Amino acid sequence: MSIILAAEALSCVRQDRVLFENLSFQLSAGQVLYIQGKNGAGKSSLLRLLAGLTLPEDGRILFRGKPLSEQAEVFAEHLLFIGHHSGIHPQLTALQNLAFWAAISEQAVADPYQLLGSLGLAGLEDIPCFMLSAGQQRRVSLARLWFSSQLLWILDEPFTSLDQQLIAKLEQHFLQHLAKGGVIVLTSHQHLAAEYPALQAIELEYRW
Amino acid sequence: MVMWRALVQRELQLLGRQKADWLNPLVFFLLVLSLFPLGIGPEPGMLKQIAPGLVWIAALLSVLLSAERLFKDDYRYGVIEQLVARRQGLFSYVTAKICCHWLSTGVPLVLVSPLIAVLLGLDWQSWQVLLVTLLLGTPVLSLLSVLGAALTMAADKGGILQALIILPLYIPLLIFASGAMEAAATALPYTGQLAVLVAFLLFALALVPLAVRQALRMNVG
Amino acid sequence: MWGSMFRWLDPYAKPETLYHLCGRWLPYLMTLAIATLLLGNIWGLAFSPPDYQQGDSYRIIYIHVPSAIWSMGAYSSMAIAAFIGLVWQIRVAQWAVLAIAPIGAVYTAIALITGAAWGKPMWGTWWVWDARLTSELVLLFLYLGVIALSGAFSEAARGIKVASLLAIVGVVNLPIIHYSVEWWNTLHQGATITKFAKPSIDPSMLWPLLISLLGLALLLAALTCLRLRSQILIFEQHRPWVRQLVEQQHEEQS
Repeated sequence: MSIILAAEALSCVRQDRVLFENLSFQLSAGQVLYIQGKNGAGKSSLLRLLAGLTLPEDGRILFRGKPLSEQAEVFAEHLLFIGHHSGIHPQLTALQNLAFWAAISEQAVADPYQLLGSLGLAGLEDIPCFMLSAGQQRRVSLARLWFSSQLLWILDEPFTSLDQQLIAKLEQHFLQHLAKGGVIVLTSHQHLAAEYPALQAIELEYRW
Repeated sequence: MVMWRALVQRELQLLGRQKADWLNPLVFFLLVLSLFPLGIGPEPGMLKQIAPGLVWIAALLSVLLSAERLFKDDYRYGVIEQLVARRQGLFSYVTAKICCHWLSTGVPLVLVSPLIAVLLGLDWQSWQVLLVTLLLGTPVLSLLSVLGAALTMAADKGGILQALIILPLYIPLLIFASGAMEAAATALPYTGQLAVLVAFLLFALALVPLAVRQALRMNVG
Repeated sequence: MWGSMFRWLDPYAKPETLYHLCGRWLPYLMTLAIATLLLGNIWGLAFSPPDYQQGDSYRIIYIHVPSAIWSMGAYSSMAIAAFIGLVWQIRVAQWAVLAIAPIGAVYTAIALITGAAWGKPMWGTWWVWDARLTSELVLLFLYLGVIALSGAFSEAARGIKVASLLAIVGVVNLPIIHYSVEWWNTLHQGATITKFAKPSIDPSMLWPLLISLLGLALLLAALTCLRLRSQILIFEQHRPWVRQLVEQQHEEQS
């Protein structure tokens, strides 16, 4: 099994507070890393480290056996990162937001109406996103997962404000991605309902 | 190129939805210009003499005002963060932002320049030079203001800080743009000043987008 | 290539090593700085001959010229530190930017104030829009921009990086600003103000000037060491070595 993403003795300091120290893990193709922890424990900071947005205080991150710092461009090409904020501009419509992210990842969406419809947004494609509910905005943001071809998904709280039906649909989509050899790193407050093969869990403690 | 067109389209859609973003600076520009005669006195000779500096200071203030919020929304909603993680589209995003910022603030200033000429009593020749300096200078102004907005994107306090950063960099532009207009007003050759403005523009075009990209990365990193 | 060329510098990029190195240099630098400054200024103010045109008022030169020169020198060193800090991701270099900026700003302010004080007897006015004075004023604004920007972020490390970038942008712009102001000045003021011509300066005036120049450079280095030490402590406060250091000092005191 090839190791896609690995962390070696990571530590992270934010605002003079040590969030975590000496954190290591290895993720092979088809695996999920499920990060748990209280608010402020450093979940989002860990995700931002893994996405290459910030540099660790100590330790290093490897992508396919090579340090991230040596292959930032290659890594970014294989990465789909959806952070704590959804990346949806509320003044734009769902379709416009989708078109923006499709253009950025240089992928064409075959049928955006069909895609948004399947996520329960039928009839809401053409109104500005600030008129949508939090859950609906989250769906617009997650729609990217259905047309992106990236190997590694890093998702910050993807289930927030989604209803049960959509969570089930999303987890089903996760399983498909894993079956294709993808890797997912995610944080969540709620427990994962679906059965994941080889799930890894990390619990971050809140430290002073 | 496809990506860039999509990004420009997005900026234009945003400008279409948030009309205050480009209408307010224009109104502000005209307002500042009309305050000066009220404060200094309406003698045409005096107005004509101070017109070059006046126009360029008012232009600076209005462009600065318009740039303040340029990246704030995209930063707040996590767009910038994901673009930086994505790496690839970031430079296109920056250039699209700069182009659309100039289209929405620089071009309107150029378009209202006949009105300025009437307000400040400029003659035909002076207006032509004003037009040329605006065409060459406002893109530099946009580039610098976008840089200021990018540097202060994640800062706790924006406005004044951005002005403090950008004003010193803006001095050469002010000197040569108003210098060209003054030279023209006294029937001296002004092509030298225009050439310097072209040089500033090319120099800023080459370097500022890179600096803006770097500034955005630092602000989320 | 660059990596291997500067490998010997690597240990000094380690905050702990640099902290102790600065600590070791600081007393020497400070003593030398104070000694040379005293020597240069006392010589210049009390013993060198008065100027044939300006009398005694020229003596402000022994403060004005060195601070003006090192205000720009400090800016260049700050920009070099910023460049190193950003390109090679060396954090101590980024902290050095923050250490130098206020010192440079104070040097600039001294140059401006002494320039104004010199202008009063020479030109009959505190302030003229002379090219050099104007450039110096712009330099002060650049410094203030860097300082303000570095303090404007809730996450200090981010503020320093952004301020470093601004310092680099500023150093690219500085020559442009300088020549623009000079061009503008010749256009506007022309012959109304002729600065006193500086023919070959007499050695009895030159030596104290050179010594003062050296003194302010040493003072800049000493203050940078001092400030860099506190920056290192602030940014490394969660590290074990800083805790050890604090405990050590605490024990020594009690």
